[in-house]
Amino acid sequence: MISLSAYLILSAIVFGLGLAGIVINRKNVIILLMCVELLLLAVNTNFVAFSHYFHDIAGQVFVFFILTVAAAEAAIGLAILIVLFRGRKTIDVDKLNTLKG
Amino acid sequence: MNLAQIFTDLVFFSFAAILVGSALMTIISRNPVRSALFLVLAFFAATGLWILLEVEFLGLILILVYVGAVMTLFLFVVMTLNIDVEEQRSSFVRYLPFAIVIVAMLVILMVYVISPGHLNPSELTTTGGQPVNYSNTTELGMVLYTDYAYPFELAGILLLVAIIAAISLTFHGKGNNKTQNPDQQILIRREDRIRMVKMQGDKK
Repeated sequence: MISLSAYLILSAIVFGLGLAGIVINRKNVIILLMCVELLLLAVNTNFVAFSHYFHDIAGQVFVFFILTVAAAEAAIGLAILIVLFRGRKTIDVDKLNTLKG
Repeated sequence: MNLAQIFTDLVFFSFAAILVGSALMTIISRNPVRSALFLVLAFFAATGLWILLEVEFLGLILILVYVGAVMTLFLFVVMTLNIDVEEQRSSFVRYLPFAIVIVAMLVILMVYVISPGHLNPSELTTTGGQPVNYSNTTELGMVLYTDYAYPFELAGILLLVAIIAAISLTFHGKGNNKTQNPDQQILIRREDRIRMVKMQGDKK
């Protein structure tokens, strides 16, 4: 059977890919938000795998709430992005440095 | 190793390969639309893995919420914003070695910690499969509406706050919208709009 370690290693790889995406995509905030979704997917896979192997449904409840919060986060993040683009005409992370002292 | 185990392994490794490949394509794809579509593929592969773990309800929720709502929103925003794609990738190569080093160290560390030698195998026995009449939705609903009723209500309030925040952030105001004005509309008289013109008929 598939061991728990296989699932954990898989989600560690996906988490690493999401983190690498945040580091290398410094030009586009939309792809940064997508990478955050990848990180959340990896974490949720961890929760689901532990829930299955420990026979505890609480992990699935956590995934449920994480999905709720992630949906809210994506909606508000994209709304902020729209407002940002309307005001600045760019979503380049390097050019969004107005607050830099 | 019987046939069912071989089949399970096959399903797991194929979905895992799809998941890793599409996650990779998400972060290195040049076009944001393509990257969003690869993220959709990643969610489908993750759904396959979750259903393999007998978490059917959350797997379907992942498709309904993420693919149906969140990624649609992402695609909508990507196509609304009209970004210059060619100019996007100038920093890609600059941060690539840094990213590879950091992420490789992190992933190697995590894989080392969670490798089979370091997890206690006696606690982590897998199930031999749930009984036939097992319903994951029922199990989840039983705890969600009893033990976790209060967090469930809070999640609902959180979604309401997110709706109000997103609408109030992006709402233009009435200024440049083409909306109807009902009280002006019902005050209109026929004489203001229609002018009767007497014309001579064409004379053949």
